[in-house]
Amino acid sequence: MIILENVSYTYNRGRPDVCHALHDVSLEIPDGSITAVIGHTGSGKSTLIQLLNGIEKPDSGRVLVNGTEVTAKDTDMRALRFRVGMVMQYPEYQLFEETVERDIAFGPGNMGLGESEIKERVFRAAELVGLSGEELKKSPFELSGGQKRRAAIAGVIAMEPEVLVMDEPAAGLDPKGRSAVFELIRTLHLKRPDMIIIFVSHSMEDVAATAERVIVMNNGSAVMNDETGRVFSRGDELKTIGLDVPQMAVLCSRLRKAGFNIPEGIYTVEAAVENLKRVLIND
Amino acid sequence: MIKDITIGQYIYGTSPLHKLEPWVKIVLTLVYAAVVLMLKAPAAYAVYFAFTAAAVLISTVPVKMLLKGLKPLIWLFAFTSVFNLFLTPGEPLCSFRLGALAVSISRAGIKASVLLALRLTLLVMGTSLLTLTTSPLQLTDGIEKLLKPLAGIKVPAHEIAMMTSIAIRFIPTIGEEADRLMKAQKARGADMESGGIFKRARAMTPILIPLLTSAFRRADELAVAMDARCYGGGKRTRMKVTHAGRRDAAAAAVLAAVSAAALIAGII
Amino acid sequence: MSSIIEIKNLSFAYGDGDDGIGETVLDGISLEIEEGSFTAVLGRNGCGKSTLAKHFNCINLPSGGSVCVLGMDTADEKNLFRIRSQAGMVFQNPDNQMVAALVEDEVAFAPENLGLEPEEIRRRVDEALETVGMSEYALRPSAGLSGGQKQRVAIAGVLAMKPKLIILDEATAMLDPKGRKEVMSAVTKINRMQGAAVVHITHYMEEAALADRVIVMDGGRIIMDDTPRRVFSRTEELKAVGLNVPQVTYAAHELKKAGINIRTDVLTVEELYRELTALRK
Repeated sequence: MIILENVSYTYNRGRPDVCHALHDVSLEIPDGSITAVIGHTGSGKSTLIQLLNGIEKPDSGRVLVNGTEVTAKDTDMRALRFRVGMVMQYPEYQLFEETVERDIAFGPGNMGLGESEIKERVFRAAELVGLSGEELKKSPFELSGGQKRRAAIAGVIAMEPEVLVMDEPAAGLDPKGRSAVFELIRTLHLKRPDMIIIFVSHSMEDVAATAERVIVMNNGSAVMNDETGRVFSRGDELKTIGLDVPQMAVLCSRLRKAGFNIPEGIYTVEAAVENLKRVLIND
Repeated sequence: MIKDITIGQYIYGTSPLHKLEPWVKIVLTLVYAAVVLMLKAPAAYAVYFAFTAAAVLISTVPVKMLLKGLKPLIWLFAFTSVFNLFLTPGEPLCSFRLGALAVSISRAGIKASVLLALRLTLLVMGTSLLTLTTSPLQLTDGIEKLLKPLAGIKVPAHEIAMMTSIAIRFIPTIGEEADRLMKAQKARGADMESGGIFKRARAMTPILIPLLTSAFRRADELAVAMDARCYGGGKRTRMKVTHAGRRDAAAAAVLAAVSAAALIAGII
Repeated sequence: MSSIIEIKNLSFAYGDGDDGIGETVLDGISLEIEEGSFTAVLGRNGCGKSTLAKHFNCINLPSGGSVCVLGMDTADEKNLFRIRSQAGMVFQNPDNQMVAALVEDEVAFAPENLGLEPEEIRRRVDEALETVGMSEYALRPSAGLSGGQKQRVAIAGVLAMKPKLIILDEATAMLDPKGRKEVMSAVTKINRMQGAAVVHITHYMEEAALADRVIVMDGGRIIMDDTPRRVFSRTEELKAVGLNVPQVTYAAHELKKAGINIRTDVLTVEELYRELTALRK
């Protein structure tokens, strides 16, 4: 479980361009969940996730990850980072080794694992993200855009962390690349059910298709933290903040108001179609 | 960290100093620096100090900014001053022993160290004033104009200026990227803070290689983007055309007068 | 209406040269782009859409066939700069296309290259910044702007050439939803008010839905070329080439498959809502 207690974070403290990125945020993220963090650029969502592996330190408040206090002075930060994997934006730009295989092995190598253990982890991670043995032997620069992205993600997965944090993991990819990334997140969730997966996204459709829980950030505060269906059923509030709502959530709530017998909290195409079939064919 | 670099920090303003023709400003700064190096008598320093203070006031640049520019030089000041203090020969004012070393401080030593500190301060303030009141593009324009006479001997003045201005433009972009890469590799357990110099240099590879690759990619993309906007077509004109005018002549005259006064004060 | 771009049987291969071995990227493309039109180009990565667009302003030259921009053949070198000033292109990465540190100097770059008089450049820069809503940022450094603002500056930088065609080469791909909306509203405004034609290469279906015409590419060929409504109703074919359709269109398609009698060419929530409520009556 991840716990944030009264966390505040300020950029450029004491300068004229001071910016309060987070303001007194308290929240919990349960074990074994996929949580999406949504909000505008500048709402504090990137800062929020960077607190989780101690890359950024809050000005005040406490951050606890599975019992370890990230904010404590004596915490071994390096050990913590192996437990909280972080995939930054456009992670393919961090690839640097001669081969994809060696690049994926960089994290596990830093953990001081044995040769065979590293090899095993690299293959497991590569298989999970859908890279073949042949692709592992290639230079990272020979891969396609989508493959590079998945190789970079594999580099973090291979550390087999307890928490996996991803900042806009599908940004800039084409539709097929996008769905491959989110498919990967869902598969990972099935294979490692206790892992806490957290991702930031601007695409409500991707959030709807993948996240079980959603945290909504606005002006440095966490204004919602709930199950996906319940967050999207508060469409009017999301719109006031200026966020989009998945088309299906909007449609279903309008149809319900027009007398259709559709339950609350429907936000995916599949669920909406099932309900509409029931209403239109059986009635 | 890296993104805090403030090379060519320019403060927008409309003071007479901002409005000077860039190439004139560069030349005047060079002359100013040369004269500072020639100053001898305390009276000469006083004249030049007053002149510099007046220029700062006219420039409307916050004094705080200028002092911030001096901060990194404090150690240099201290080091050179101490050297001068102890090592300048002359009639000793006081002497004492530091272990096996006999140390004496002379009047000449005190004078030399104070003057050196003043000299460095004047140099830093004068050149900071140039970059604080001249935008990077104006600076490169100035350099281009100064290099123009050399075009005859095949010095590519325009290209040098264009390259410099693009380099300046990309400093914040690359700085941000370095910061992001540092975070990303640290998140994979990269250890860049421990070990000897070689280990640390090696530990920078995961940052330097991606940084270089992306610099090449950026260069490629920028070249195409410049082509697409008709760069290299024919005669290039400029939106902001400036010529040296009366104001520049006046500034040059003032500098000449003050410098003459300071140098004469040094002789008398 | 006359066309700005006329492409006849265009083929293109990289590495095309002495050895004669090249990877074919474009294969037998014929296409016309009308003056003042708004065309979206869709297709998965590597389908050739960017390669095609780079033929519009002579960054790529045909390996076979011909490309004419405003009647000028792109293969003829003497047309190069006239074509480039008439077909402006905005690229994907906002940071990698900016040459100047200040916003107004950035916008002035193209007209300066065209050798215009300083007063004329000033006029165009002010006008272009006004059009994209960035006037108040004229003297700011571009480094501190948001992605959407940077791309609007890039659009202004192209607009200052007074082009007949603006090509957006995945110019919204790296932006957040707010930035994308800013860019799209600037572009639609330029298209409607100033009559410049727009070719917008994108992965976002809701942006393509704003166009008059959608071209879908796959494997270096044009496989669909129609109105957004008709293109998106071909859900299965789009999926087959790795593309999505808007959620409402997909839902309508699924309902139709289940035997419910509704239109499958809906593009907005409103349209699907009306279809469904009409069924109830």
